[in-house]
Amino acid sequence: MDKAARFRYVASAFGQPPEPPGGDRPQSRRKNERAREGPFPLVLFYNYPPKLRAAHHMTSAASTSSRRKCVALISGGLDSMLAAKVMLEQGIHVEGINFYTGFCVEGHTHAIRRTARARPKRNNALWVAEQLGIKLHIIDVIEEYKDVVINPKHGYGAHLNPCLDCKSFMVRKAREWMEANGFDFIVTGEVIGQRPMSQRRDTMPVVARESGAFDRLLRPLCARLLPPTLPEREGWVDREKLYDFSGRSRKPQMALAARYGLTDYAQPAGGCCFLTDEQYSNKLADLWRARGEKRYELEDILLLKVGRHLRPRPHFKLIVARDDGENNFLLGFRHRYTHLMATSHPGPLALIDGQASAEDLELAARLTARFGKGREAERVTVAVTERGGSTRTLHVAPLRADEVPNDWYL
Amino acid sequence: MNRHVLDARYLLCPLPVIRVQNAVARLAPGDILEVRATDPGALHDIPAWCRVHGHAVLSALETEGEMRVTLKVGAP
Repeated sequence: MDKAARFRYVASAFGQPPEPPGGDRPQSRRKNERAREGPFPLVLFYNYPPKLRAAHHMTSAASTSSRRKCVALISGGLDSMLAAKVMLEQGIHVEGINFYTGFCVEGHTHAIRRTARARPKRNNALWVAEQLGIKLHIIDVIEEYKDVVINPKHGYGAHLNPCLDCKSFMVRKAREWMEANGFDFIVTGEVIGQRPMSQRRDTMPVVARESGAFDRLLRPLCARLLPPTLPEREGWVDREKLYDFSGRSRKPQMALAARYGLTDYAQPAGGCCFLTDEQYSNKLADLWRARGEKRYELEDILLLKVGRHLRPRPHFKLIVARDDGENNFLLGFRHRYTHLMATSHPGPLALIDGQASAEDLELAARLTARFGKGREAERVTVAVTERGGSTRTLHVAPLRADEVPNDWYL
Repeated sequence: MNRHVLDARYLLCPLPVIRVQNAVARLAPGDILEVRATDPGALHDIPAWCRVHGHAVLSALETEGEMRVTLKVGAP
């Protein structure tokens, strides 16, 4: 391969529209060219910043054992499970990595609610790791992830989901973990065309480039539609045993799962992130509006997942538990919020987020009474406890349903 | 062998698991870690994490709304 051809090859791999799989050259000729390039094609370094070149050498040196090691991003869904399984089938040592952003959808987040307690409470990523017999490293990225949510370089999707920035961020974190732990490459369950923002043919090279993973990022489920990556060119994995899935259909993945004997797997309808949920995004946007800036803490985004959220006035909102499970959960936060609870009738705990005047507290008490068993009573006694711990009681008339405007509900 | 207690109450999973993972990384094989949590998922997730990483779960039970998991750190 001459120098110009090598540059074309790099451009294809890292940003330009890729060549069709295998190009237009006969298979035997491609193999001969690869053999002449040696075990580690120099061409890769043309696009590598000096820092990454050093990292590349470091990981290569660290990977001198015969069994190659990959770190697989495990979301808990079917695609990443299959991608890891494909690598295991090729004799690669696989360990999983899962990032906790604070926005992750987990079965037992919903299981706080009494009505959802019959559902499985498992963490799907851990469950996948167990099924595959691999280790799983769960990494807390809550603080670093804030910048992804607040300032996404590539913007938001349909709601407040910064999917492309998120994918680049996670692959970058996986690349850092790979380098720190002497692994050789990264695997994801991405499929071309599966997601409208982060899993498109034109955005996949963006993720490879912006994460710094470059051609150490392998997508086994659609690899044959993409230029060969380092693990394929080096023969660590057999490209012929990778897949060419594309589009939104799940049938190829389900067929592959059946071939592997995998029958139980999670298929979250809206992905694994609350930011793809319209109602959740509305609540987060409301939080930012109320604070006058795009800022959040973990506690804020956890509370957005729990209870009814009503904003009767711009300067405060009420978080009202919907059942015993949410009551118990919100009890854990009561010392940090002014909170209300009916004492004359059974009813929910409600937290106040913001500054409430005496008049606001009366309105909050009437709202709290509205959601308890005393909603039809003439008067309900509500205990109001300030953040400092002092408690007083209010005797209020519960608000009627028609006194609660729809636009109070977030 | 030392005994340690980790308070992971009022955290939603997987945070209790992450706290356990970080705590175990600082412990020696044979050490005992007792975890307190309020998320019911901890009763499933902490033992699952222990199984994939080779640590022994000595007990996992719910008492008055609180989950308690006791584990013994395995060899690295």
